[in-house]
Amino acid sequence: MPEIKVVNVSKRFGGGKIVAVDNVSLQIRDKEYFSLLGPSGCGKTTLLRLIAGLLQPDEGEIYIEGKIVNNVPPEDRDVGFVFQTYALFPHMNTWDNVTYGPRVKAWNEEKSERIGREMLEMVRLYERADAFPHELSGGMMQRVALSRALATGSKLLLLDEPLGALDAKIRLELRNELRRLVKDLELTAMHVTHDQGEAMAISDRIAVMRKGKILQVGTPQELYMNPQHIFVANFIGESNFLEGHVEEVEKETTIELRGEIFVNVSDRTKKKGERVVLMIRPETFAIERGRKKKINALYGRVERLRFEGTNIRYEVRLENEDRIEVSRPTLVGEWFNMNDEVTVSFSPDKSYVFTYPSKGLREELAVE
Amino acid sequence: MTGFNITKILDTLSSKPVVRYMIYSSSTIFFFAFILIPPILGILLKWNLMGQVFEDPSLTSKAISAISASFLIAILVSVVDIVAGLPMAWLIVRGRTRLLSIIDTLADIPFIVPTVTLGYSLKLFWSGTEEITSPFGSSLVSPGWLLVILLHFTFSYPVVVRVLVGALQDYKYVYEEASRTLGAASFTAARTVTLPILKPSLIASFILAFARSLSETGATVMVAGTFENGPIFINNARAAGQEGPMVLVSLILILISATIFATIRILGPKLRMPVKRIWPNTERVLSKTGIATARNSISTAIFLILVLIPSLFVAFPAVSAIASGTLNDVFIGAGVWQGYWQSLGLSYFIGATVTFLNVVVGLPMAILIARKRVGRVLPAILDSLVNVPLIIPSIALGASMRIFWGNFPFIPEIGLLIFAHLSITYPYFVRAMAAAIERIDIDLENASRILGARPFTVFRTIILPMTKYSLFAGAVMMLARSIDETGATLAVTTLKTAPVLLVDWVKGNVLATPLEIGLGCAFLIIFSFIVLLVLRLIVRGKGRY
Repeated sequence: MPEIKVVNVSKRFGGGKIVAVDNVSLQIRDKEYFSLLGPSGCGKTTLLRLIAGLLQPDEGEIYIEGKIVNNVPPEDRDVGFVFQTYALFPHMNTWDNVTYGPRVKAWNEEKSERIGREMLEMVRLYERADAFPHELSGGMMQRVALSRALATGSKLLLLDEPLGALDAKIRLELRNELRRLVKDLELTAMHVTHDQGEAMAISDRIAVMRKGKILQVGTPQELYMNPQHIFVANFIGESNFLEGHVEEVEKETTIELRGEIFVNVSDRTKKKGERVVLMIRPETFAIERGRKKKINALYGRVERLRFEGTNIRYEVRLENEDRIEVSRPTLVGEWFNMNDEVTVSFSPDKSYVFTYPSKGLREELAVE
Repeated sequence: MTGFNITKILDTLSSKPVVRYMIYSSSTIFFFAFILIPPILGILLKWNLMGQVFEDPSLTSKAISAISASFLIAILVSVVDIVAGLPMAWLIVRGRTRLLSIIDTLADIPFIVPTVTLGYSLKLFWSGTEEITSPFGSSLVSPGWLLVILLHFTFSYPVVVRVLVGALQDYKYVYEEASRTLGAASFTAARTVTLPILKPSLIASFILAFARSLSETGATVMVAGTFENGPIFINNARAAGQEGPMVLVSLILILISATIFATIRILGPKLRMPVKRIWPNTERVLSKTGIATARNSISTAIFLILVLIPSLFVAFPAVSAIASGTLNDVFIGAGVWQGYWQSLGLSYFIGATVTFLNVVVGLPMAILIARKRVGRVLPAILDSLVNVPLIIPSIALGASMRIFWGNFPFIPEIGLLIFAHLSITYPYFVRAMAAAIERIDIDLENASRILGARPFTVFRTIILPMTKYSLFAGAVMMLARSIDETGATLAVTTLKTAPVLLVDWVKGNVLATPLEIGLGCAFLIIFSFIVLLVLRLIVRGKGRY
C-alpha cells in the first residue's frame, strides 16, 4: 500500500491569483526515498507542507497510510519534518530539542531519555547535548534537526531542502549520510530540493515539478535517459538544443536543422513537417579533428574550451552558427585547441526529439 | 549660489577632526549638563532636609505607605496588562477576520488620548459627578486606589499590546510549525516555544508598563480621591511647601526604580520559563477551537469594557457642551476658555521647542551611540545613561530639577519647563534615532566616503534620507509626549500647560463645569489625534527607515 497518496491536490494563494500547486497527483511507496525536484517557486515546498498539514489544500485529498488526512492537524499526522532553516528552538539546548517530541507525546521519562540518547548517538552529537543552537555549526544543526524529527518515532520523514544552507563539501557528505540513515531505519522519505545532483544521488524516484505541476516521475536513470518533457531534459543533466523540422519519417526520422543540415534520429513519434527541438547530451557526442564523413556529422570550429578536471568541455560553433557543447573525458582521446576545425557526431538513438514549444523554447526552458 | 557655499563650508568643517570632536563633545556635555545631572543632583542637594520626615512618625508612615502603593500598583498593573494584552495581541496578529484591523486601530486610542483626559474620562465612567451620571447609575468605583489601578491598566494596555503585536509580527512562525510537526497541540506550542522566544518582548512591555505607572501623575491626581501614591504624595508635599518629604520620597522612588529596572535587565534574560513539563491531554483541550473562541471573546470584552469605552466616555460631556451652546464661549475665549487657549498654546510652544532642541542636540548623540565613533566603551556607557531619565518618575524628576536650577535664579520659569520636558523626551528621540542609524549598513557610508563625500555630505545624502521617517516619527512622538506631560510640569513650575490646567479644573482649583472640562479634554484629544495622524501618515508604508 502506498505510504503517501496525493490526489488532484491544488493550492492557491493571493486570493486565488497564485496557483502554487496545480492539480497534482502522486504516490510514494513504503520505504521509498522520494524527491521533489524543481526550480525555486515551483510549488514543491507548498506540496510538502500540504502533506505535513501545515497548509490545507483548496482541492483534492491527501492520504497517509491509506487514511485521508485533509482535516487532520499536523500534530496528529505522525510525520517527521526537517525544515530548511532547521527551526531548532533557540531557547532549548540540543538535548531538549531532540527530546521535545517524546515529551510532548507524554512518553515516560526513561523512554524519552533512551530515545534522545539513541538519536543523538546516531548522528554523533551526544557529546554536544548541552549546546544551544547558536553554538552549533550548520552541519551539526542539520543533524540535530534530523534527530529531533526522528525521535518522535514517525516512519514518514519530510525534508524541506535540508542541505540547502550548508556549504558544498558538507552537503556532499551529509546527503549520503541522510540516505543511509533513512534506509537503515526503513523510513519513507520525501525530500524537496532544487539541486538535481543531490536528487539523483540519493533518490529511489524523483518527481520534477514546474509552475505547480508535476512534469515527470521516475527513477534518476529514467529521467536522465528518457526525459518526457523538454524542461525535464534541460533540468536533469545538461543538454544541447538544436531547432529544426521533420523532413522524413521512415525507418528513422530525418530532421533538417538550420543551414540545411540533415541528421537522423531513432525517435519516430513526430510527423513530417513538424517543427521540433533536437536534444543531445554533451557527453554523447564524438569529436574528431578535421572534416570526417560520419553518421550525423556536424562540422564546426572550437570556439572555447574549459578544463574541468575529469572532463574537458568544448564549445563548438557549427557551420550553421548554432553552438553546442561537447564534454569528453580528459584522459581519453586527443585534445583540441581553439579554432581547430572539428567534426562532431552522435548516434541516432542517443538523441531526443521534442515538439517545438508553443510558447517558445526560451520560455519553456526558463527556471523561474 | 549661497546654498552651495554653505554646504561647501559645512563639508570643509566636517572634514576637520577637531570640528567633529567639538560637535560630539558639545552634545555629550549638553546631555550631562541639562539631561542627566540635574534630575539626579537636584534631589541630592537637599538631602539634609530628608530628616524632617523621620521627626514626624505619621508623616513617615504616610511616606512609606505612598511609596509602597506606587510599586505595588505598578507591579500589579504591569502583570495584569500583560495577561490581558497578550491574548489581544495574539488575536490581532493571528486572527483572520477583517474586523481585527479595526480593533488594531482602536487598541491605540488610549495611547493617543492624553492621560489627563483619560483620567477624567475614567472618572466620569466609573464614578460620575453631580452633573454627569456614570452609565452604571451610581458610582461603581469611587475615586481611590481601585480607580487608580483601572486608570493605570487602561493607559498602559495599548503600550503592552503594541509591543507584543510587533514581537509576534517579527516572530518566526516556523518554530511553532516545527513544534506542531513534533506532536505539540497549538496551546503547547505557544507555551513551550513561542512565549519563551518572546520573553525579551514580554520583559520590555513589563518595563514600559511599570515605568508608565510609576511616573503617571496628572490623571492619577484626578482619580485618586484621598488615596496617595508616590507621585501624589510628592505633589501634595510640593503644594504644601514641604520640601523634606518631597525630596525623600522622590529619592526613594528613584533609587528603588533604578534597582528594579537594573534587576529586571540583568536577571530577566536569565529567567527560564517552565517548558519541560507538558500536560498533553489538558493542553489539547485548551487548544480546541471553542476554547480559543472563548478566550478571544473575553479579551475583546475586557478591551471594550475596561479600556475603550471608558477612554471615550469623555465624548458625552463634550458633545453635551457643544449642544448646549458652549462653543461660542470657547472660540471667543470667554470665561475659563481664555486660560485654556493660553495653556494649550504654552503646551504646543514647549512641545515644539523641546522637539527642535532634541533634534539638534540629540542627533549627534544618536550617531555617537550608533556608530561608536569614539571606541566602544564610551558609546556603551552613554547608551545606558541615556535611559536614566526614563526610569525616574516624572514628578520626582521635576522636583529635582526645580531644586537644581533654583541655584540659577536668572533662569525664567519657562526655561525650567523646557529643561524638564527636554529631560523627559530626550531618551525617546535618541533611542529611536540610534536604532534607525544602526540599521543602515555601514558600507553605504563607506561607499559614499570612497566616492569622495565629506562627512557632512555623507550625513546629508546617506544618513538623513535613510532615517528621515524615523526622524519625523521621533519628532512627532516627542511632541505628543511633551504635550501629555503633567508630573514634571507640576513640580518644576507654576506655569499651566493644558494638562495641568485640566487637573486644576477637575480638582476644583479653577471653577469649570463638567461640560467645560469635557470639552477641554475633547479639544486636547483632537489636537493630539491630529499630531498622531501625521505620524501614521508619515510612517505608514515607508519601509524600515
